[in-house]
Amino acid sequence: MSETSAPTAVKVIAFQLLDKEYALPVHQVHSIEKLMHITRVPGTVSFVKGVINLRGVVTPIIDLRSRFGLADDRYDDTTRIIIAARDDMEVGLIVDGANDVLDIPLDAIEPQPEVVGSLGDEYITGVAKLEKRLLIMLSLEKIFK
Amino acid sequence: MDTNQYLEIFIDESKEHLQAMNEHLLELEKDPTNIDIVNEVFRSAHTLKGMSATMGYEDLANLTHKLENVLDAIRNHKISVTLEIMDTVFSSVDDLEAMVLDISAGGDGKRDVTDVVTKLLQIEQGEPVSSLSVPSEQPPAPVTEHNLQYDEFERTVMEQSKEQGFSCFEVAVSLRADCVLKAARVFMVFEVLEKCGEVIKSVPSSDQLEEEKFDEQFTVTLVTKEPAEDIEEKVKKVSEVEQVTVTEIIQSAVPSPEQQTEAPVEGSAEQQKQPAAKQVEVKPAEKKGEENKGSKQAVSNKTIRVNIERLDILMNLFEELVIDRGRLESISGELNHSELNETVERMSRISGDLQNIILNMRMVPVETVFNRFPKLVRQLSRDLNKQINLEIIGAETELDRTVIDEIGDPLVHLIRNAGDHGIEMPEERTAKGKPAVGTIKLKAYHSGNHVFIEIEDDGAGINKDKVLKKALDKGIVTEDQALTLDDRQIFELIMASGFSTADVISDLSGRGVGLDVVKTTIESLGGSITIDSVEGVGSTFLIQLPLTLSIISVMLVEIEKEKYAIPLSSIIETAIVKKEEVLNAHNQQVIDFRGKVVPLLFLEDIFSVPHQEDDDRFYSIVIVRKGEKMAGLVVDSFIGQQEVVLKSLGNYLTNVFAISGATILGDGQVALIVDCNALIK
Repeated sequence: MSETSAPTAVKVIAFQLLDKEYALPVHQVHSIEKLMHITRVPGTVSFVKGVINLRGVVTPIIDLRSRFGLADDRYDDTTRIIIAARDDMEVGLIVDGANDVLDIPLDAIEPQPEVVGSLGDEYITGVAKLEKRLLIMLSLEKIFK
Repeated sequence: MDTNQYLEIFIDESKEHLQAMNEHLLELEKDPTNIDIVNEVFRSAHTLKGMSATMGYEDLANLTHKLENVLDAIRNHKISVTLEIMDTVFSSVDDLEAMVLDISAGGDGKRDVTDVVTKLLQIEQGEPVSSLSVPSEQPPAPVTEHNLQYDEFERTVMEQSKEQGFSCFEVAVSLRADCVLKAARVFMVFEVLEKCGEVIKSVPSSDQLEEEKFDEQFTVTLVTKEPAEDIEEKVKKVSEVEQVTVTEIIQSAVPSPEQQTEAPVEGSAEQQKQPAAKQVEVKPAEKKGEENKGSKQAVSNKTIRVNIERLDILMNLFEELVIDRGRLESISGELNHSELNETVERMSRISGDLQNIILNMRMVPVETVFNRFPKLVRQLSRDLNKQINLEIIGAETELDRTVIDEIGDPLVHLIRNAGDHGIEMPEERTAKGKPAVGTIKLKAYHSGNHVFIEIEDDGAGINKDKVLKKALDKGIVTEDQALTLDDRQIFELIMASGFSTADVISDLSGRGVGLDVVKTTIESLGGSITIDSVEGVGSTFLIQLPLTLSIISVMLVEIEKEKYAIPLSSIIETAIVKKEEVLNAHNQQVIDFRGKVVPLLFLEDIFSVPHQEDDDRFYSIVIVRKGEKMAGLVVDSFIGQQEVVLKSLGNYLTNVFAISGATILGDGQVALIVDCNALIK
C-alpha cells in the first residue's frame, strides 16, 4: 500500500466495529466525521444508508456493519463516519468509533489466516498484531464493489 | 475594439486546438494506422482553419488548409504515415503555434512557411519529401519592376501556378481622373480579370477599392494562362480606364515579405467596422497594440478565464456559509442582542448578494457566442457570392458557462453549413420565386429547463433521396435499413461520420467532418439535435441544451419524513384531490384532470418510503409531464418552490432509479431530485 522509500511501517486509522478493531491506511482516509443527518436514497443496496452533505459535497454512506453482514446497526455518540476515498470515489463508512492513528510495522502484518467461510474475508488484506491488539486491515476496493 | 473581443477567444481556442493536435499527433506517431486519431487531428485543424479565416489570419488559415489536405489524404488511405510526414506535420503545427503566439503578442501572425508548405504539398501529391527549402530551381531572371510585396502564401501560389503552366502578371490600371464611379470601374476591371484567371492580390485591397479609397491607380496580381497583350486589351475595354500596364512577375524577383508587408494598410483604422477584408480587419487592433501596449493590456484584463472547478469550489464553500448563516440567525434571534442582530442582518444581506453573484457567475448570455456570427455570415456570403442575411433572436438568453464554451464550434459549423449548402445562389432563388437574399435565422430561447437554439435557413432544404443515396454509397446504412427510415432519421444521416453531400470540397464545408462533430459535441453536453426540412423551403436545425448544469428551480415536497425535489420544468400544476375521486383502470389508479385521464404514481411506493398509516381524505398531487404524457405524483405535502444547486450523487451511486441528483437544502440536509422522465414511460 504505502511504497515510499524503504517503508518500515504503515500509518493507519484504527476503528471499532462491534468488538473488533479494523484499520485503513491513513492516505485513503480524508476525514472522520460525527454522525449527521443521512438522506436515504431509494432503490440502492441495503448497506448504502444514503447520502450526507459533506461540506457541500453529496457523499454516499456505507454502513460497514451491514456491509460485512454483522449485527444490526445502532448508532450512538461514538458512531463516526470515516470519509474514505479511492480513485475518484469518495464514500463515508459508518463505524462504531474511530480514535486512533497508529504506525504498524510492516513485519507485523500477516496475511489473513485462511479459514474457509470466515466472515467477510474478501474485504481483508491482512491482519496486524500490535502488542495485545489485533487489527484487521481492510481493502477499500472490495468494500466499494 | 470589435476584434479585440474575439481575439481573446480566438487565441484561447486556437491554443486549445493546437494542444489537442499536438497530443493526437503524438498518439498517431505511436499508432500510425489509427484513422480515428487522424480524424481528431483533422477536426482540430478544420476548426482552427475556420476560426483563423474568420479572424482574418490568412496565413494561419492557409497553412492549416494545407495541413488539412495532407490529413485528409492520410484519412482516405491515399498516403500512409511515415516518419518524414510526421516530421513535416509536426513542424507545421509548430509554425501554427508560432503564429498564434505572435498574434497573442500583438503581432499579425505572419510567418515564413514556404518551406513547410512546399513539403506539405509534396506529401499531398505523393512525392517523396525532399529537404529542399525555398525552391531554387528558377534561373536568375532579369529583374522586372515590382510595385507589390508578396507574402509567403502568395509567393507559393505563384510558384505552384507556374509549375502548372500559368503565368503571373501585375496589372497596373489607371482610371481617368474625372472618373465618377471609381468603385464601379474597379468592379468591372475585376470582373474582366476574373474571367481571364485568378486574382490573388490587389493593392489597395479589394475592400479599399470598393470604398474608393484610392487615387486613380491600382494594381492587381493575376494568375492566368492568357498572354499579357490580351489582358491589356480586355481591361482597356472598360470605359474610363486611362492606362493599363501588364508586367510579368518573375519569381526570384519577388521581394520577400520581411522587408515590409504593412504598406497597403495605412490609415485603415476607420474601416474596422466594415465587413471586410480579412487583412484590413485585424490590423487596426494590432496597430493599437503596438502603439499603445498599455491600453491593450487594459482590454485583456477585463475578463479572466476561471476554471469552472474553482467556481464549483466557491459555490460549495458558499453553501456552507449559507447554512451557518441560518444557524447564526436563529442564535441571534434567541439572544435578542440588538447589536448582534444588526450585524447578523447585515451579514445576511451581504451573503444574499454574494449568492446572486456566485450563481450568476456561471451564467452567460449566448450573445457572447452569437456576437461572432454576423461577421462570419458576412464573410460567408462574400466567399460564396451569395446574399445572406443573418437574423439573431434571443441573444440575451442565458446559459451555463460550460455549455457556452462548447457551443461555439458546433454553431459555426451549422451556420457555415446553412450558408454553403442551404442558401441557394441569388439567381436560383429568384427563379424559384424567393427573395434573392437568403435568411439564416438564429434563435435562442428557454423552455422548461432547457435552452433551445434554432438555426433556420430558407434555402434549398434537404433532398431526401440524395441523402439516402449518398448514405448507401458510403455504406452508412444498408438497403434494408434505408427502407425503414422515416424522414427525420434520413435527415439525421447527414450528421453521420464520413457523410458529405457536397460534390465539390469547398473551403467552407463539405468535408463531412463538421456535422458529426456538431452532433457529438452537443450530445456530450447532454443535449440533442434534430433536423426538420422541407425541400425547396428550407431546413431547421434544433439544438436542445440543458439550461445549466448546476442550478434548477424545484418544488420541494414531503413524503412521510423525507424531502424530495421535483424540477419545476416538469410540473404542470399541483392539485389536491379527494380520495373518492380516484378511479381505477386496469390496476392503475387514475384521476380525471381537466378532462384528461392522468395515471397516479405513489412516490411513497416507488421510493419505498418507511410507511405510516394515515387517514388523510385527500391526496396531494403534483402533475408532471414528459412530452405529451402526464402523470400525477402523489406526495404527502408540498413545501414550496426553491432554487437549488444540482449535485450529482457521486461516482459511487450511479443510475439510481428515478433520481437524477441531489441538492443541499438550507438546513444542510440533502434532498433528492426526482427524475420525472424516468417515471413516465
